Amino acid sequence: MNLNKVLKALFVALPVMTLAACSSTSSTSADDANTSQAGQQVTETVQVETAEPVISPAEQMRQKLEALRQENTIYFDFDRATVRPEFVEVLEAHGTFLRANPSVRVTIEGHSDERGTPEYNIALGERRAQSVVQYLQNLGVSAGQLSTVSYGEEKPVDRSRSETGFAKNRRAVLVY
Amino acid sequence: MMTNLLKKTLILAILICPALARASLEIVITEGIDSARPVAILPFTFNGTTRPTENLAEIVSADLMRSGKFSPLASIKMPQRPAKTSDIDFAAWAREGVEAIVLGQINEIGIDRYTVSFELIDVLKGNSGPNSQMLNAGRLVTSNEHVLDSRETTINGSQFRQYAHRISDIVYEKLTGERGAFLTKIAYVLVQPDNEFPYQLVVADYDGYNEQILLRSKEPLMSPSWSPDGTKLAYVTFERRQAQIFVQDIYSGRRTVVSTFPGINGAPVWSPDGESLALVLSRDGNPEIYTLHIASKAMRRVTNNRAIDTEPSWSPDGKELVFSSDRGGNPQLYSVNLTTGTTRRLTFEGEMNLAGAYTPDGSTIVMVNRTQGQYHIAKMDRQSRFLQVLTKTNLDESPSIAPNGSMIIYSTMHGSSQVLALVSMDGRFKARLPAVNGQVKSPAWSPFL
Repeated sequence: MNLNKVLKALFVALPVMTLAACSSTSSTSADDANTSQAGQQVTETVQVETAEPVISPAEQMRQKLEALRQENTIYFDFDRATVRPEFVEVLEAHGTFLRANPSVRVTIEGHSDERGTPEYNIALGERRAQSVVQYLQNLGVSAGQLSTVSYGEEKPVDRSRSETGFAKNRRAVLVY
Repeated sequence: MMTNLLKKTLILAILICPALARASLEIVITEGIDSARPVAILPFTFNGTTRPTENLAEIVSADLMRSGKFSPLASIKMPQRPAKTSDIDFAAWAREGVEAIVLGQINEIGIDRYTVSFELIDVLKGNSGPNSQMLNAGRLVTSNEHVLDSRETTINGSQFRQYAHRISDIVYEKLTGERGAFLTKIAYVLVQPDNEFPYQLVVADYDGYNEQILLRSKEPLMSPSWSPDGTKLAYVTFERRQAQIFVQDIYSGRRTVVSTFPGINGAPVWSPDGESLALVLSRDGNPEIYTLHIASKAMRRVTNNRAIDTEPSWSPDGKELVFSSDRGGNPQLYSVNLTTGTTRRLTFEGEMNLAGAYTPDGSTIVMVNRTQGQYHIAKMDRQSRFLQVLTKTNLDESPSIAPNGSMIIYSTMHGSSQVLALVSMDGRFKARLPAVNGQVKSPAWSPFL
């Protein structure tokens, strides 16, 4: 939940920061104009100012991707593939990014806990990955940007076989 | 009662431990020795200078004990050490409750060449005659009635383990009327998370010896399945970061891709005639069962349902598949007739039933049953639909049946490790094969080799 807030804050903050960068650049050039105008009057006086580095679109995308990679996992209930309400924000963040960057592709990995049988769990993992794909498509992300792979119970993040371990393993991960 | 069982377990463990010390899979019998029939495998007498490294009697004893049907007498309890059949004091063995004796000898006949001969003796028949000496002296025809089998063969030093399993097969078949499955192999996946190649496809003798790694991978390997002739394995690999089905010749190492569609390529199982694979593809949107004729590459879709359909397994006559589907809400077993397409739900007991497989005689279906959150191996009689849970272990999965239908090997949890375990088809005998390092999963018992 904390990460959620950080991500949300970043999403609000990033465009604001970009805007701030732009406005400070323009105000600098305005100052420069003033300076040169002033220079004509007071020739001995020199004013030095620094320009804000411009964040290139590529850099902006990299920063957003970094933020998205921080929160890229959706967790599921036992034997279920329904996206729980608390993960709506995360998927919306990814959806917004993918819509804005149609050249970016993402693979959604589906996973299950270690209960049940390996092949049924492959099917369950795929169903989870597909439910994330469906959600992102509903947000307007193009199908061509999305692919899935199900690892079932073969790649657990927690091998403790406890309830908490199982809960951590029942997941879909967005991998850019 | 419990201490008696414990004592027996300890004695048996001591008996077989030296023989298995090098194996990475060491079988520990956990339940069911009391119901086994007592037999005696006498140490083979040796004539020669260079003793073979393998101990035939120990290997045969361990085989028979692991079958769950026999309880080989510990050598310290043997009343005598007869060198030949005519020296046997039948009454003394009968007093120990021993039903049958294996008596043999090894003759060194050249460099690394040995003649091995043995006889399987029925103690009760031997004891019911006037006495063995008289039988030998006069009536030769009747004297051999107590000799159930007798063989002689010539082998080299590296063939002792294999020939020991052969002896076990002969003894088992003579005494039970059922073919032995000691000359078989298991394939399984070994997972070592810290290894550079964490996923390994391994083949070993059924008792864990002669482990051979057939494939090492950085990405998961799943669901090995034996071709009916025992020369190839089909399996799922994620080496290209998507599921693909490969067939690998276990002797030449030659690998062939047989299925690489978008989505799931899973659960390959060879048809009884070896010509087709049943498999699972999700290329049409959700997991469906298909058959693939290997030579012609002809693909046929078998199921058509919006639910998950997976884990196909062939009936012994090749006319039917059993599979898992959650079309009824939670996963249960169904069967489909490949000619008519008629589909029937087979299981109704328990919260889930998964990974169904027919026994070789087709009478029974073995599965993973979930009841009150517990996953156990179960079997269901096809006629009566009576379902019996066979195991008490934790998180059981991937059952695979021995080719003679006597045993099921499956993967389960022991402590924090995933290990292989055995349970006899009647559920009485249970054993564990703990892995020394790593998690062992997806066992597949080979056909008769």
